[in-house]
Amino acid sequence: MELIVFVLASAMVLSGAIGVVLFKNPVHAALGLVLTLFGVAVHFVSMEAHFLAAVQVIVYAGAIVVLFLFVIMLLGVDRAEDLSIEPLKLQRPAAIVLGAGVTVLVAGAVVRGADTLGSESSAAAPGDSNIRALARSLYSDHVLAFELTSVLLIVAVAGTVVLTRRLKKSEG
Amino acid sequence: MEPTTTSFLVLGALLFGIGATGLMIRRNPLVMFMCIELMLNAVNLTFVALATRFSDIDGQTAVFFVMVVAAAEVVVGLGIIISIMRRRPGATVDDLAELRG
Repeated sequence: MELIVFVLASAMVLSGAIGVVLFKNPVHAALGLVLTLFGVAVHFVSMEAHFLAAVQVIVYAGAIVVLFLFVIMLLGVDRAEDLSIEPLKLQRPAAIVLGAGVTVLVAGAVVRGADTLGSESSAAAPGDSNIRALARSLYSDHVLAFELTSVLLIVAVAGTVVLTRRLKKSEG
Repeated sequence: MEPTTTSFLVLGALLFGIGATGLMIRRNPLVMFMCIELMLNAVNLTFVALATRFSDIDGQTAVFFVMVVAAAEVVVGLGIIISIMRRRPGATVDDLAELRG
């Protein structure tokens, strides 16, 4: 049963990711990104990370992708990008070779290092103890970093507002 | 039969590779941002897989912070893209070479 879930969610993740890379229309690429994010959320649920699965759906698939679609529509760049124009010769084949090389290297290292993970089997956390454990870690061990993220978000929002504001007088 | 931790790690490696390839192939800055999100998700998947494997909640805490930073990064990045596109409609990342002084 868990193997079936893993195979289906992995198919979602990989097909969505390939769609992001290959779709010419940015809107279609954003929808492929949604498919990938939902597949990752399914994996989180199957690994007992319930809180992160909820955050993944709400923040990533909800807020961030909507922000992407909003900017695509705002800028009117939802026409198809012409993938046949190649400003730099050999860039695309070199990129594919390099990407495949990175993939093979990392995957090979993971497979070869599988023995170092040890043989202990992880005890599945029952019920809502995942959220409780995560909250305890977040608000005791990492409370300073948690507070700093609020500063980061304020700075990001204020900076973006200043950055994209239209100046009324100086440009006219 | 259950999927092992290694299978999750291999999936993360594949996702990271696809994202890195897309980042090098595409020239639309918005799609390049989406490829960066793919790579971040691959790393998140690896974090959660290893956190589950070792029964250590700190891995999931790291994923939480990665998500917060990714949200802030998308906000700032899209703001920069909007202000560039407003001056030069239809710009690709290659056109940004003209920014040199």
